[in-house]
Amino acid sequence: MIPAPRFTDSVADLPTYKFGPSSLTWWGIIGYMVIEGAAFALAFAAYFFLMGHEQGWPPEGRPPPDLLAGTLFTIVILLSEIPNTMIKRAAEKRDVAAIRALMPVIVGIGALLLLIRAFEFNSLNCRWTDNAYASIIWALLLLHTAHILTDWIDTIVLWMLMRTDLGWEGRRLVDTDENSLYWRYVWLLWLPIYLMIYWVPRL
Amino acid sequence: MNEPATVRDEDERLARERRKIARDGPKLNGAKLEARLGQTWRRPPGILGWLATVDHKEIGRRYIITALLFLAAGGVLALLMRLQLARPDNNLIGAQRYNELFTMHGSTMMFLFAVPVMEGVAVYIIPLMVGTRSTAFPRLNAFSYYMYLFGGLMLWIAFALNIGPDIGWFAYTPLSGPQFSPGKRADIWAQMITFTEVAALAAAVVLFCTILKTRAPGMTLARMPLFAWAMLVVAVMIIFSMPSVALASSMLISDRLVGTQFYNSFEHGDALLWQHLFWFFGHPEVYIIFLPATGFVSVITETFCRRPIFAYPIVVLSLVSTGILAFGLWVHHMFATGLPRVGYSFYTAASMTVAIPTALQIFCWLATMWDGRPRLAVPMLYVIGFIVTFVIGGLTGVIIASVPLDLELHDTYFIVAHFHYVLIGGAVFPLLGIITYWYPKITGRMMSERLGKIDFWMIFLGFQLAFFPMHFAGLLGMPRRVYTYPAGLGLELPNLLSTIGAFVVASAVLLFVVNGIVSLYRGAVATANPWGAASLEWATSSPPPVYNFAHIPVVESRTPLWDMVGELPVVTGLRVDDKEMLLTTVVAATPDVREPVPEPSLWPFIASVAVGIFFISSIFSPWAVVFGAIPSAIALIAWFWPKEIKRHPEPVIS
Repeated sequence: MIPAPRFTDSVADLPTYKFGPSSLTWWGIIGYMVIEGAAFALAFAAYFFLMGHEQGWPPEGRPPPDLLAGTLFTIVILLSEIPNTMIKRAAEKRDVAAIRALMPVIVGIGALLLLIRAFEFNSLNCRWTDNAYASIIWALLLLHTAHILTDWIDTIVLWMLMRTDLGWEGRRLVDTDENSLYWRYVWLLWLPIYLMIYWVPRL
Repeated sequence: MNEPATVRDEDERLARERRKIARDGPKLNGAKLEARLGQTWRRPPGILGWLATVDHKEIGRRYIITALLFLAAGGVLALLMRLQLARPDNNLIGAQRYNELFTMHGSTMMFLFAVPVMEGVAVYIIPLMVGTRSTAFPRLNAFSYYMYLFGGLMLWIAFALNIGPDIGWFAYTPLSGPQFSPGKRADIWAQMITFTEVAALAAAVVLFCTILKTRAPGMTLARMPLFAWAMLVVAVMIIFSMPSVALASSMLISDRLVGTQFYNSFEHGDALLWQHLFWFFGHPEVYIIFLPATGFVSVITETFCRRPIFAYPIVVLSLVSTGILAFGLWVHHMFATGLPRVGYSFYTAASMTVAIPTALQIFCWLATMWDGRPRLAVPMLYVIGFIVTFVIGGLTGVIIASVPLDLELHDTYFIVAHFHYVLIGGAVFPLLGIITYWYPKITGRMMSERLGKIDFWMIFLGFQLAFFPMHFAGLLGMPRRVYTYPAGLGLELPNLLSTIGAFVVASAVLLFVVNGIVSLYRGAVATANPWGAASLEWATSSPPPVYNFAHIPVVESRTPLWDMVGELPVVTGLRVDDKEMLLTTVVAATPDVREPVPEPSLWPFIASVAVGIFFISSIFSPWAVVFGAIPSAIALIAWFWPKEIKRHPEPVIS
C-alpha cells in the first residue's frame, strides 16, 4: 500500500528562479568548474613534475617564450572583467536593455582575445614536438584556448537568446549571471598559466 | 523598471494566467491527479521517444542492464584466461591473445562495468530515495548514458576486429607509447577512457546536484539516507579524480598522434608521469567502486535488521574520510618504481590509515546486526558474504601496504587475489544483494528466494575456491599477466582449483540471470514496500509511476516510513500541466524554488553521436579536433536553444 498523504504546506508561491546557490544550474556550473580546475591543476602538476627533472627550464638552453603577446592578452582579459561585472549586475537587477547593449562588447573582447592568442602560439619559441617542456607549455596554452573558445561561443548563443522575447524570462537572467560567473573563472585560471608559460622559464 | 510598456502588459497578462494553473493539493489528488501527472510526464512513444527519454528510471535501467552485459562479456574473458591457466604449459591461447584478454577484462570490468553500474543504480534510485520527481539535468543524464554506451561498443567492436588493446588496463608508458605499441590498439584504449570519463563526469554532476538540491523538504543532510551520502562522496571523488586519467590519456594520444614528448624519457619527458597521473585517478577509482557498495550494505542492513543503522554520524564521517584519504594513497601502486625513503613511509602510513574508517563502518554494521533482529533473506546473505570476503581482502591490503612485502609480492597472483577479494567481495556481492533488494521496486515483482539462496552459496563458495588459492600461487612467485607457467613449481593445484572455482561462479551468475528473467514473468507481485523498509523509494508504487510521487513527501526523521503515523506528510502546489520539481536548500532542505523539468529531447542522443564521431576520428587524425568539434558544438547549441520563442505564464524547458 502506498501511504495516504497528509497535506502540509503549499509550495505554489515559491519562485521559479533564483540567483546564486539557490539555482540548480549554479551548482552544475560549480561542478564543471571543479572538473576543469582539477584537470588544470593536474596539468600544472605535470609541468612542475617535468621541470623538477631538469637543470635548466627551458631545457637545452632554449629561449623562453616572448612576452609581448601573452602580456597583452593578460591585460585585455583583466580589463574584460569590467563589462563582465556590469553584465552580471544588470542581470541581477533584471536590466535587460543593459544586458543587450553590453553583450556585444564582451563578445568582441572574446574575439580580440582569440586573435591575440594566435600570436601567442607564434611567440612560444618552440614546437610541441621539440621536447617535454615544449609539449607541456603547448598543452597549457591549448587547454586554455579551448576554455576561451567554448565560453566565447556560449556567450554568443546567450547573446542571441537575450535578443529574443525570452530575454525577459527570469531563468535567462540567471543564465546571464552564471555566464559572467564562468568568465571570471576563465580569466582567473589564466593567471597561473601566464606565470608558468612566460615567467617561470625566466626565473 | 526599464521594461517597455508592452512587456509590462504582457507580464500582467501572464500573472493572470498563472493563477489559473492547476496544482496538486487537497482539491486535486488521488486517481484524477495521477492521470493528469501521467499525461504530463509521459514521453512520446516509438523508437524516437525511446531515444529522447529523460526519465531517470529508464536511463538508470539502461545503465544497469548495459553494465551487466559488459560484466558478462568481461566474465567470459576471465573464463578463457582460467581455461588457459588450468594446466601448465598450456597452449590454448597464445601470448598475444592472452595480453588482449587481460587488458579487455580489466578495462571492461573497471570502466564499463563497475563504475557505470554503481552510477546506474544511483541514477535510478537516488531521486526516489530523496523524494523527488527527476534527477537534476535529465538531458545530461541521457547524454551520459549514450557516451558510455558508445565508448563500450567502440572498445568491443575493436576487439572483435582484432585491434583491441593489449597493454593492460593501466596502459603503462613506454609500453603504450608510440615506440612499443605501433598500430591503433593503444589509441582505442585511450579513447575508450575519454568516452567513459565524459560519461562518468556527467553522471557525477547529475548525482551531486540531485543529492544536494532536490531532496524532499525536511531531509536535512543529517537525515539523508546513507546510500545518498555514499553517492555524494563518490560524485565528488569522480569530479576530482577522473580528470586525471582523461588528461593522462589525452597526453598519451597526443604523444602517439602528433609527436608530443610527455612520456618520452629521451626528450625530457618521463614515463613515470603516466603512473602518477593514472594512479591519482586509479586509486580513488577503487573507492568510487567500493563506497556505493557500502551504501548498499547500510541500506540492506538497516532494513533486514529492522533498526536504524548504529552510529549514523560515524558511518557518514567514515564515508567522507575514506573519500579524502583515497587521494593520498596513489603512490602505493608505485612502490616498485623506486621512491625516496620518506615517500615509502608516508604512503605506507596513509595506506594503513584508510583501514580505520572502513573498519569503523564494519563495526557499525555488526553493531546494527547485534542490536537488531537480522532476517537472513538473500540481500542480507550477500551482506554477510561481503563482510567475510571484504575483511580478508582488507587484511591482505594492509599486508601489501608494507613496502618490503609489497616488493616481494608486487605483480604476483597475491595482488590478483587481493584486489578480487576487495572488488568482488567489496562491490559485487553488495551489488547482487541490492539488485535482489531493489528488483521488486524496479520491476514490480519479487525474485525467487529459493534460487537466490542457492545462488548466493554458489557464488560465495565458488569465489573462495577461485581466488583463495591465488594467494598461494602468488606466494610461490607466479607472476601476473603471463600467459602460462611451467610444470613442477607447485603451481598446478592452485591454478586448477581457481579454474574450477571460476566456472562455479560463472554458473552461479548465469543462475542469477535466469532468476532475474524468470521472476520478471513469474515472480510474486510486489507491494509498494515488500521488505518493510524505511526510506522514501518505498513510499510509491512498485514500479514507480513516471512522475515518481503524486505529492512531494516531507521528511521528519532519518527513517520516514518507520516513523510516520498512518499518513505520509506531503507538500502541495507543484504544477500538473507541465513538468515541475521542487528544489530545496542544500543543508536544511527547506523548499526554495519550483524548477521546470526539461521535456524529452533527441538532442542529447544526437550530441553524443556527434561527440562520438569526433572522439573516434581523432584516433586517426588530429584534424578531427577541428571538423569533429563543429557538429558537436551545433548539437549542443540545439540542445540548449528553446524550441519555441514564446513567453509562458511559468517557465517551460522545451
